[in-house]
Amino acid sequence: MEKIIAGYTVDVTEEGYLTQMNQWNKEIAEAIAKELGIHELTEGHWKVIEFLRKDFAETEKVPTTRRIKNVGNIPTKDLYDLFPDGPVLKAAKIAGISKPVSCV
Amino acid sequence: MKKILILGAGTAGTIMANMLNKKINKREWSITIIDQHSNHYYQPGFLFIPFGIYTEKDVVKRKVKFLPKGVEYIQASVELINAEKNQVVLGNQEMVSYDILIIATGCDIAPEETEGLNEGWGKDLFDFYTIGGALALKDKLENWNGGKLVVHVSEMPIKCPVAPIEFVFLADWFFTEKKKNRQEVELVYVTPLDSAFTKPICSEVLGDLFPQKNISLVNKFNVSHVDPKSRKLVSFDNKEVDYDLLVTVPINMGSKLIGRSGLGDDLNFVPTDKHTLQSKDYENIFVIGDATDLPTSKAGSVAHFQGEILTENILNYTNRKPLTAHFDGHANCFIESGYNKAFLIDFNYDYEPVSGTFPLPGIGPFSLLKETKVNHLGKMAFKYIYWNMLLKGIPIPTVSAHMKKSGKNLDLLPD
Repeated sequence: MEKIIAGYTVDVTEEGYLTQMNQWNKEIAEAIAKELGIHELTEGHWKVIEFLRKDFAETEKVPTTRRIKNVGNIPTKDLYDLFPDGPVLKAAKIAGISKPVSCV
Repeated sequence: MKKILILGAGTAGTIMANMLNKKINKREWSITIIDQHSNHYYQPGFLFIPFGIYTEKDVVKRKVKFLPKGVEYIQASVELINAEKNQVVLGNQEMVSYDILIIATGCDIAPEETEGLNEGWGKDLFDFYTIGGALALKDKLENWNGGKLVVHVSEMPIKCPVAPIEFVFLADWFFTEKKKNRQEVELVYVTPLDSAFTKPICSEVLGDLFPQKNISLVNKFNVSHVDPKSRKLVSFDNKEVDYDLLVTVPINMGSKLIGRSGLGDDLNFVPTDKHTLQSKDYENIFVIGDATDLPTSKAGSVAHFQGEILTENILNYTNRKPLTAHFDGHANCFIESGYNKAFLIDFNYDYEPVSGTFPLPGIGPFSLLKETKVNHLGKMAFKYIYWNMLLKGIPIPTVSAHMKKSGKNLDLLPD
């Protein structure tokens, strides 16, 4: 389905995750963050978002908190402080990549 | 002579050795299996040991007893898999070459991954995913006079995702009927998930049992560390759960061998094609059971169903045919709920557990997603089936590798 975010028309899933990562830009990220209750994206947020986009482009998988810690050098504690209550779910949505696959 | 090499003689590796040995062309192919341990454990039985229902004797037998004649068994540790050279290096630096490699190295608990867990180990803090942990917990429960018992899951995926739920249900029964001090015991279940289980309909059914059994549920709890001195679990978002006795399921990881060999993901699970069971990186490597990164349960039933699929695909591969056998994610688990009752769930990648009858549509004798005494009898009978049929690769009548839709109330599922 299509949705207008920050004035741009993008393709999203029913839960609002972008389906085309190339339709993403920083204004869209800021708008999604606000919807999720994060009013300002700081340098710390951008570090996570950029790692998520880079890693997703390379592996086609949303990285886990462990991978964000080990490969992205972002401590899990920081991740929870930046994106409270479900950090990877929120960060992935803001970064314009898929929803993390829920585990079994 | 070409060689199929199986790494790991646990449930999945043993099933593969037996199934392949019956079907492979023995004039062209030999089978070798390597494992460092001499004992095979019936892991579903670990759950019952802390409550005195099974003893160690019920769950342990020699591995060699279940390996077919004609399959070479090497008891050794493996240092490295060199996938580029089609070789593995043993602990004594000896090399073993292969034409086809089957990775069945399973997964294990990794308490060292969570700060504080190792410090409190064996005192007020136990696991039941290892034989040592289950036996130590039995001694502890025997002498424990009550308090706050917290059952805790660190992170998914874990081997047998229903086992910790079964543990807390059995604890309720144990303190009520056996120790008769349930009023002295507060039971709390702590999970990183949104609810009791991962699949919504099943989770609702199990979730309803928590208040009925007076068990509290703490969800969305992602453990950051354990403070064994003040006996507290602390989450990354600063929530705290205190305990008198903690029964924890630490982070589960694939074998360190997989990590050392550069064949795994962040948790040392091997990236695997979810249908063909072929490694995503090497066409002559196949993966089965808990060693895979597949989105299905890490359970013996899954390894068993995968065994049939993988046997067919290995035969396809040796005959240079396309890998046409497709695994559908089929899993089948009894969920013991105490008081001699149990649930049964049967599901796959596409269909979550729903109510119905199993294995015979409309007849059963087992009821899906319903608590019955017959299901409990099935759970207890499974030990015999495991040792005598499942490990030996003997087909279990009426239970097929692919999930059956008949007998299930699939109309319960959302569109």
